[in-house]
Amino acid sequence: MSATVNSAATPARQPRGYNFAFLDENTKREIRRKLLKAVAIPGYQVPFASPELPIARGWGTGGLQITMAIIGPEDVLKVIDQGCDGSVNAVNIRNLLVKTTGVDTTFDTTAASIVQTRHRVPEEPMRADQILVLQVPIPEPLRYVEASEAKTREMHGEMDYSRMWVYLYENIVQYGEISIGARYPSLVNRRYLMDPSPIPRWDVPKLSMSPTLHLFGAGREKRIYAVPPHTLVEPLEFEDFRFRVEEFSGRSCLRCGATDTYMNELFDRVSGQKLYACSDSGYCDKRRAAQERRAD
Amino acid sequence: MGYVAVSGGSEAIANAEELLTFYRLKGGASPIEVRQIREQMRLAVDKVMSEGALYAPTIAAIALKQAEGDNIEASFILRAYRATQPRRYYSLPADTGKMRVIRRISAAFQDVPGGQILGPTRDYTQRLVDFSLLEESPETVRAFFDRIGVQTSRSDQLPDSFPKIIDLLRREGLLVEPVDRKETLFDITRESISFPCQRSAKLQSLARGETGVMMALAYSSMRGFGDIHPYLGELRVGTVPLCINHPAKEQPVYIGRVLVTEAEIISEYYEDEQGKPKLTLGYGLCFGHNELKAIAMGVLDRTMQSRSPHKSPAEDEEFVLYHIDGIESSGFSAHWKLPHYVTFQSTLDRLRRTQQLREEATASECNREQRRDPGKTAPGL
Repeated sequence: MSATVNSAATPARQPRGYNFAFLDENTKREIRRKLLKAVAIPGYQVPFASPELPIARGWGTGGLQITMAIIGPEDVLKVIDQGCDGSVNAVNIRNLLVKTTGVDTTFDTTAASIVQTRHRVPEEPMRADQILVLQVPIPEPLRYVEASEAKTREMHGEMDYSRMWVYLYENIVQYGEISIGARYPSLVNRRYLMDPSPIPRWDVPKLSMSPTLHLFGAGREKRIYAVPPHTLVEPLEFEDFRFRVEEFSGRSCLRCGATDTYMNELFDRVSGQKLYACSDSGYCDKRRAAQERRAD
Repeated sequence: MGYVAVSGGSEAIANAEELLTFYRLKGGASPIEVRQIREQMRLAVDKVMSEGALYAPTIAAIALKQAEGDNIEASFILRAYRATQPRRYYSLPADTGKMRVIRRISAAFQDVPGGQILGPTRDYTQRLVDFSLLEESPETVRAFFDRIGVQTSRSDQLPDSFPKIIDLLRREGLLVEPVDRKETLFDITRESISFPCQRSAKLQSLARGETGVMMALAYSSMRGFGDIHPYLGELRVGTVPLCINHPAKEQPVYIGRVLVTEAEIISEYYEDEQGKPKLTLGYGLCFGHNELKAIAMGVLDRTMQSRSPHKSPAEDEEFVLYHIDGIESSGFSAHWKLPHYVTFQSTLDRLRRTQQLREEATASECNREQRRDPGKTAPGL
């Protein structure tokens, strides 16, 4: 499963009349320029033109455009949705990219040069020679407290995040805890408040001081932002109410037995019993394969 | 163990696509010709061109066939196709006074220079199901043409152009003159809009907006959420000539005609920059024959000019412009079908923790109560 799939070996099915990686070179160049700006100002949302793709808005078109703008024929691509390579939307996005580039694909995080993801950061630590592209539905962390884009841009300009702090405080007053699940607002490089995309809180610490370049694309909202390598990402917290990741203590994956991964809750089809399984299917498969090898 | 790892996605997707073709054709009728859609589903094709933002009747008709008549899906197909096309030229401003009209009416004046031309409209038809269409055949079609005595070739009875009705008001000094701010043209396909929004970006966004949502927003204003008291100064449908500047030619080059619907909405007056009260104007223009959209656009163009400090939804340009695009709103509304296991798990984690905290708080309160008054029983949790 984790072996590199060589799609170049299969007959080329590059659709007629389309450029390498679908986008025309001018559009790619614009995205690359915006990516450079995003890297130069960590956490700042850079507006970009975001032309329509043959994939629906809201289905990963921001991440897809970034991948299309940076991918080359030598790249090895991994695409995941909810941590899973086999999820239908991941399959669809991977198909489009393979169809228009012919690149090799993999399920193994460590073998990929570009990983495009929705809602997860892979469990295995990524390296400096890899890029993680995250699909973003709502790039604005202040949307929790302010609906208007004109106003939130002003708030970022003035680094006025007081209303977000009040929101968290009121959360604690009402529920005794900060009730934000995924999309946890985090401060990048001590300057810009960022929506880390709907990754679980579990994944937020992985973004901080990582050697990997993280690129975020929101296609429908037409924004690009970045967490460059070795950049501080701090989830908002109070001294007496700390940021906490999801609780999985005492649980283990029913497939690979892992106790240190983000897990999805499942219900057994027959007994209705609650079970847990790794959300990162590539990592889970890898662990299982290693266990089988040891057993042999 | 009932759990099955999610896999086989590729096969499921391929099968689902084939099933679509199967459902489209399983009835056994002969396949619809694209030309039939283009000619006989005229208004559907026009709507797709307008919302897909590409004037390409044949491709719009193919998209409608491919999408089994789903207007938003067809517009999306056309829009995605358009995004792959190179942008070589911008057309020069088109003079809609030169429109070759098929229909033109004014609701503001009883009689207007050039006259009221009803043209093809359902406005004064009774909405009774026409069961005779069940038996429509080449013979009945021929009989129809024989009876009305025209061929399908263009009728030259109408003059080539009509005077614009709002020009009458303008000449009398009743209308606020548009202030020429000499702003450069914004291209919403090349830049994302920001606020306050340039007028050219506003009009472009409206021109490719989804008819239904624009109508709903305009209707909210008409009903009272920031009413602008609109009058339909003029509504015209017809073809306008388009020209471009070509690097190899000194004169502008004529590239063809497009069918458009134009609505000029005259609205309540306010004081212009010299302090003189004048009527205001909202402008609507879209590809094809789509009167509801042109009217809604004209109303929204005007509502967004509101000077009110308390803006209703239709007066708030950010609210209007961010929510009228059918491709964006349909994509995001449909994306909830995608798996959200990971985020839902995260929400459950927070909910369980909150419930646990509540229970602990209630329990400790009960304990305190009981210590104070051992005779009292704990209230139900």
